[in-house]
Amino acid sequence: MSEVKVVDARNTFCPGPLMELISNMKMASVGDTIELLSTDEGSGADVPEWVNKVGHEIISNEKIEGVWHIKVRKAK
Amino acid sequence: MRILIVGGGTGGTVLANNLARRLAVEIRSHKVRLTMLTASDKHLYQPGLLYVAFGQMTPDQLYRDQAGLLESSVEFHVDPVVKFQLDQKQVVTKSGKTYEYDILIIATGSRIVPDEVPGLKEGSENFYTVEGAVRLRKRLMEFEGGTIAMVVSLPHKCPVAPVEAMFMLHDFFKARGIRDKVRLRYHYPVNKVHATANVAVWAKPEFDKAGIEYETLFNLKEVDPEKQIVYSEEGTECKYDLLIAIPPHRGMEEIENNKMGQAGWIPTHRHKLTMDGYDNVYVIGDATNIPVSKTGSAAHFEAEVVAENIESQIKTGSTVREYDGKVYCFIEGGFDRATYNAFDYVNLPVLKPPSKSIHWFKMAYNRMYWTTVRGLL
Ligand SMILES: Cc1cc2nc3c(=O)[nH]c(=O)nc-3n(C[C@H](O)[C@H](O)[C@H](O)COP(=O)(O)OP(=O)(O)OC[C@H]3O[C@@H](n4cnc5c(N)ncnc54)[C@H](O)[C@@H]3O)c2cc1C
Repeated sequence: MSEVKVVDARNTFCPGPLMELISNMKMASVGDTIELLSTDEGSGADVPEWVNKVGHEIISNEKIEGVWHIKVRKAK
Repeated sequence: MRILIVGGGTGGTVLANNLARRLAVEIRSHKVRLTMLTASDKHLYQPGLLYVAFGQMTPDQLYRDQAGLLESSVEFHVDPVVKFQLDQKQVVTKSGKTYEYDILIIATGSRIVPDEVPGLKEGSENFYTVEGAVRLRKRLMEFEGGTIAMVVSLPHKCPVAPVEAMFMLHDFFKARGIRDKVRLRYHYPVNKVHATANVAVWAKPEFDKAGIEYETLFNLKEVDPEKQIVYSEEGTECKYDLLIAIPPHRGMEEIENNKMGQAGWIPTHRHKLTMDGYDNVYVIGDATNIPVSKTGSAAHFEAEVVAENIESQIKTGSTVREYDGKVYCFIEGGFDRATYNAFDYVNLPVLKPPSKSIHWFKMAYNRMYWTTVRGLL
């Protein structure tokens, strides 16, 4: 199994957690998994919306002690 | 103690001058040696490029001789680094010289890579280089009507630039008396008009008021320069007459060649600003991978933190400050009004409504920049 790359976007506003994820997805290879950590309230909904629209895959999405942990697999 | 700064842009220059003053006595008595290696004898004020595109500044106003911006105690060479041998605490330059150091600061910035998107280079204009801004200026003056589309690739320098450009386009065509013949379309990768929440909240109603159309969740996929169509990863497209792009960015090639970070972004501690794995290597400005906007303002504040810590390390044996993610950005809301965004890792205040006075402050800053990099302001 390939390693999960963690993108720590906790406490960041600009350019923001979703931007950090998009930048990292661009650098990843198809099949790679990235776990985004975010303290931004909107992330729980915003990130899946982007992932689904672009056609990647959400593996898990949960909030643990105020931090969103969202795992995404690059599908294309 | 040998301190070596690689990169003479905003971050490197602020840092060099700040250190030269803090360590004046140590440099004079040869206890400390402060050296800068950079890639150009000229210093470019990049924020001015936006004003060049709109005919409000000329390219010559954006340059100064780098040597003239530095304290005389800084040893300065235009000789870019090609090899970073961090384990041996040395770098090798293009001319073949080796420079050893005790403390290294990397401030090599970032570059645009339009080639990463098929068709982008041929099909679009941008204001991210001097040549680009001059060409766009001509295209805007010649434009007589049709659709102007803005597309944004990530990550990029100055996150607010695409929003500012839209408001300036609106005012530019109003002034030319043909705003009704120009359709302005803005495309943005996330599901709001800007990734920074407070900017999005402010800009959306302003776009509506100015009749600027927007499409969110538009991640740039490719451009067909013949058909003049830009396509998104999400499966949508836009036909344009003039395409303005914020092209994809990467860190410098030498950083990638030396395998110091994916896409040239160097893994950096977000508070200490040290490179991961090396306590004696600092990274500031665009070159880092920290989650903060790639701006001159961030580079400046980071340089101040690093300067204070290096001084403290030399004089007391320990560091004193952490970078808190501070950034201050002006945001132009057109040709005669502006607001600003001031935030850090944990605070994001609501934006103030744009005013004439903030706009004039930004215009003054465009000239004051040279005093701030010298460390006089
Ligand atoms: C159109 C535009 C508008 C902008 N507007 C704003 C704004 O309003 N506000 C704001 O704060 N920021 C703005 N910015 C961003 C700002 O210009 C940059 O973020 C800032 O310059 C980054 O500073 P830096 O020191 O990291 O890199 P730079 O200032 O880019 O400097 C990098 C330096 O490294 C040198 N170098 C490169 N490779 C090597 C090497 N191998 N060896 C040695 N030296 C090397 C270069 O010659 C250069 O001197 C804007 C940028 C653009 C393009």
